[in-house]
Amino acid sequence: MALTAVNSKKDNQSTQSEEVLVYNTKNCNLWYGDHHALKNINLEIKEKDVTAIIGPSGCGKSTYIKTLNRMIDLVPGVKTNGSIEYRGRDIFNKDFLVEELRTRVGMVFQKPNPFPKSIYENIAFGLKIHGIKNKQIINETVEKSLRGAALWDEVKDRIHEPAYGLSGGQQQRLCIARCLALEPDVILMDEPTSALDPVSTLKIEELIQELKEQYSIIIVTHNMQQAARISDKTAFFLNGEVVEFDATDTIFNNPADSRTNDYISGRFG
Amino acid sequence: MEKVERINSEEMVGRIDGRLAKNKVVKGLFFAATAFTSIILIVLLVRIISQGAPYLSWDFLQNFASRRPEQAGIKAAVIGTIWMMAVVIPSAAIFGVGTAIYLEEYAKKNAVTRWIQMNISNLAGVPSVVFGLLGLTIFVRLFGFGNSILAAGFTMALLVLPVIIVAAQEAIRAVPGEIKEASYGLGATKWQTISRVVLPYALPGILTGSILAFSRAVGETAPLVVIGIPTFVAFLPSGIFDSFTALPMQIYNWTSRPQIEFHNLAAAGIIVLLVVLILMNSVAVWIRNRFQSR
Repeated sequence: MALTAVNSKKDNQSTQSEEVLVYNTKNCNLWYGDHHALKNINLEIKEKDVTAIIGPSGCGKSTYIKTLNRMIDLVPGVKTNGSIEYRGRDIFNKDFLVEELRTRVGMVFQKPNPFPKSIYENIAFGLKIHGIKNKQIINETVEKSLRGAALWDEVKDRIHEPAYGLSGGQQQRLCIARCLALEPDVILMDEPTSALDPVSTLKIEELIQELKEQYSIIIVTHNMQQAARISDKTAFFLNGEVVEFDATDTIFNNPADSRTNDYISGRFG
Repeated sequence: MEKVERINSEEMVGRIDGRLAKNKVVKGLFFAATAFTSIILIVLLVRIISQGAPYLSWDFLQNFASRRPEQAGIKAAVIGTIWMMAVVIPSAAIFGVGTAIYLEEYAKKNAVTRWIQMNISNLAGVPSVVFGLLGLTIFVRLFGFGNSILAAGFTMALLVLPVIIVAAQEAIRAVPGEIKEASYGLGATKWQTISRVVLPYALPGILTGSILAFSRAVGETAPLVVIGIPTFVAFLPSGIFDSFTALPMQIYNWTSRPQIEFHNLAAAGIIVLLVVLILMNSVAVWIRNRFQSR
């Protein structure tokens, strides 16, 4: 029985090989206590896409991205139903350990949050908690990850110095590097540039363009221009619902819903 | 239409002198408070040092208790206090920090937790004699440890436990949520996050609170009196089940004797107690600084 189930799933995937989904959200609802924060969300997120999530404050976009790697579990009193499938596996299923999900799905937060350790230790942390002790592997991964996050040239002479000595933009790229060290499949970014100056923001946006070659990226942003510049697809959230989800070009030039049009033309939000 | 009164800049500027005067008065009050405390401390120190310093000698440190003041020494009490603290520090640290971690990181924030929390805070205000009675009932009698180092050490550990728990909780609560999220976001387990992120960050704060608590354990007398720690001890303990005496017991004993020479010996004993405290605190400060200079 189990075997045939696996086989049929494989067949399914191979027939749709052009449209591989990393995340498939089906009728997902979420409550903070009595507050219904996500209402019947349905979203299909494709592999190697940059998917932007836009919407006004309090529309549930951060809640949704935090649900994707179950960081939302850290908030007491959260209830969910429906399902979110990560590569065909329901992330709410008890057999899918959050530790595994978060190893495969990296996250970059709103405020740069390096550990109060050296630059090197910040990146080695992820490897060490997963039991990698080989110094050479760690050294190579640290360099590779810092290069991957376009930070290596700026910090190569001081990787053993405290990460708090870096500028805000550098700290955020360090957090991206820390994420890359585990070679994740998906990178979730929760307003990664909202605490940064325009120059640092530009660097992160350029970095996202490079990273999309290898990773699927889901980014929450309150900056509509940013979504238009960097994403392939855009989802517009409003009051906990997905109003519209389409190619970024369509959302910004020819939205189907009048509320999307009002939002992107700056009439509210 | 009601006429809205405009803000008058001239009037506001005119009030600056008054505000600055208040500023000065408050500063003066705080300075006076500090000066008052410092003066009392200095008077105490001068009195004790002038009375006790002449009696400090190598013999005083090397001799056991004696009926004759010129032969009496503090050796058994110094060694006894060190033995006792060797029991107090690890047991209070393990149970205190363990409880704090549980309450902050694992326990659900419900009525039961709040009730436990309230009781812990209240325990910090319970008189030390009561802890002595508890130690007498449980450790001395029920567990049959007698008036040993172990019984006294556990009793003192119980006494300082509430302070350590509360201090450790404050320190753990002060760890920024963002760096905990960073750790969980990389797939770390709860224990990995606690041991690699939370505790290293909280350690300086935990140590600061613990220093005060352990200093109290070194100086407390009442619980030792209640559990029957002897004052006239002419031997050194060789293990935690041995009987012993401690510095505050020795000092207490000397001050209650009629001869003036013993009062001077008590002053010398207090100087030794202060030195032990300073040494202990220096070690803690040293550890704290090592962890802060990351």
